[in-house]
Amino acid sequence: MRSWSRLLALGLLLFTGPSAEAQPKLGPDGDSLVARGEYLARAGDCIACHTAPEGRIFAGGRAMPTPFGTLYSSNITSDRDTGIGKWTAEDFYKAMHYGRFPDGGLMYPAMPFASYTKVTRTDTDAIFAYLKSIPPVNQRNREHDLRFPYSNRQLILGWRTLYFSEGEFKPDPTKSAEWNRGAYLVEGLGHCGMCHSPINALGGTSQSEAFKGGLIPMQNWYAPSLTSNREAGLGDWSIKDITDLLQTGVSMRGVVYGPMAEVVHNSLQYLNDEDTRAMAVYLKSIAEPSPPPPASSRLPTAESSLLISLGKTVYDKHCANCHGTQGEGKPPHWPPLANNQSIEMQSAVNPIRMVLNGGYPPGTKGNPMPYGMPPFAGLLSDNEIAAVVSYIRTAWGNRGTPVSAREANELRSAPLN
Amino acid sequence: MFARTTALAIATLAAFDDAAAQTVNQPPDTMAARVEACTPCHGNQGEGTSDVYFPRLAGKPAGYLYNQLLAFKNGRRKYPPMNYLLEFLPDPYLQQMADYFADQHPPLPPVTASDASKEVLQHGQSLVSRGDPQRQIPACGSCHGPTLTGMEPGIPGLLGLRPSYISAQLGAWRYGTRTAKAPDCMQQVAARLTEEDVTAVAAWLASRPAPVNIAPAPKGTYVLPFACGSEPD
Repeated sequence: MRSWSRLLALGLLLFTGPSAEAQPKLGPDGDSLVARGEYLARAGDCIACHTAPEGRIFAGGRAMPTPFGTLYSSNITSDRDTGIGKWTAEDFYKAMHYGRFPDGGLMYPAMPFASYTKVTRTDTDAIFAYLKSIPPVNQRNREHDLRFPYSNRQLILGWRTLYFSEGEFKPDPTKSAEWNRGAYLVEGLGHCGMCHSPINALGGTSQSEAFKGGLIPMQNWYAPSLTSNREAGLGDWSIKDITDLLQTGVSMRGVVYGPMAEVVHNSLQYLNDEDTRAMAVYLKSIAEPSPPPPASSRLPTAESSLLISLGKTVYDKHCANCHGTQGEGKPPHWPPLANNQSIEMQSAVNPIRMVLNGGYPPGTKGNPMPYGMPPFAGLLSDNEIAAVVSYIRTAWGNRGTPVSAREANELRSAPLN
Repeated sequence: MFARTTALAIATLAAFDDAAAQTVNQPPDTMAARVEACTPCHGNQGEGTSDVYFPRLAGKPAGYLYNQLLAFKNGRRKYPPMNYLLEFLPDPYLQQMADYFADQHPPLPPVTASDASKEVLQHGQSLVSRGDPQRQIPACGSCHGPTLTGMEPGIPGLLGLRPSYISAQLGAWRYGTRTAKAPDCMQQVAARLTEEDVTAVAAWLASRPAPVNIAPAPKGTYVLPFACGSEPD
């Protein structure tokens, strides 16, 4: 993902400390330490930010546009000059746990250390052993290109005071081991809160807002709340539907798209059944009772009725063949639109973008040949897009609100990747 | 006992019903259904659409199509709507998509009258059929085949494309925004073309009627004038 929020911003490094060569060691469960580290690195989705398109694995250099300028991810291969070849396991733990370089320098919070701080030392040691096993790539880190005043790293101190609380995950003794494992993965390595929390102008999320959803900066996709059943809360989903979605990218309730497609593609599809189930159990448990439906649409009633009536015409012509005349779809491959939270939620950004841009769910081990949705940006006018989205948000008992042609038009220029 | 057998029979029937219902309620298990996302821009069989910037895919060599799908997936070839669609699809699946469109054979569209002048068309014809040895520009046909229908596995045919698309692509090669595996032969050739050359070549190619056989030539039918990363020996 090109999100600024998922980048290990190593910047200029001063290398200190003795090298710790990775030896084949056994992890706590008897499996190889390196293999365990690889698995955990998948869970943390390190590759998404630390590998550039067509670049060498973990050599960094991926551009991350942010509201503050462009960051470039760093080389975390075992190269001694340009990578982390001279780091110790202690250095690596400090990076993950405190967001600090071996010399004490501060990392930009695009590196999700606010989540990784919850990861145990045993697990960071395994990830470090795996990274040390990656062939060295001699590739110097590219300087970040941040606007003043964000180029001043001292500002990170302020950010940390406001938004960073250090500390490993503390299991909740009143909950099951499975729930705690799920919480550890979701809140820690999974760093789900980096997108699924409202992000304020300072690029931080506050604890009370965790998992409440938000628009992802620069990408213009809405990361829905994981706690509200009116958004992506999973309170009334079956565990199987949740695990299907996380592991294969498709489910009987809906499919992943946009930035979440990348998360499933690079990370979640590789998690084993037990961990996936643990995450599902935890995610289902954090859904809260739904708030009352939002106030009615901001659009005048007459305009809404016109839109919805045109919307049905557009729907029957272009959409019903796959999604069904009653929005029932042919799940899991052609998702249902009726009772689909992703369609109904207050922010209409995602349904509008899906109609404009279409999309494929990620190809995964469980679903290697996904079915795709055509882009309609070139076929439908702003009015028709607004109409069909208004229709699917309000038809068949759906409780969304109509959207305007202006909203549809604005999203035509949203970045695609 | 009888009751149990009956119950079992009913349960079995119900299971059959479920299985049947599941098949009925699933999209067709075909590539055609899987590539429906491609069809608004490229046509139901990859024949192209009325949009002059979207190319025909049908019948092009599978290797060429696969290279393009990979290039879009990896961001080497830049067109955000394509980059976005392909970003998370596995390479073997892209190969199947390429094979699917390579196997489609809708007829070439009828040639529309060119609005280019006679001189422009003549210049185009000359470059396409003879090149310009003084400027080290080979004839298009020396790589794309004497009938301009391409060669397996990596060289595309040049017919059935609109002049706007050809101009845009040649322009992209010239400016280096479209690149291919090294040695990037097409980039080398395009760099020697002027804007007038591009317009003339595009106009002439688009004015060519379909030959009897529009299939690409088999691999190795002729020897390329220089090394080309997209067409390995």
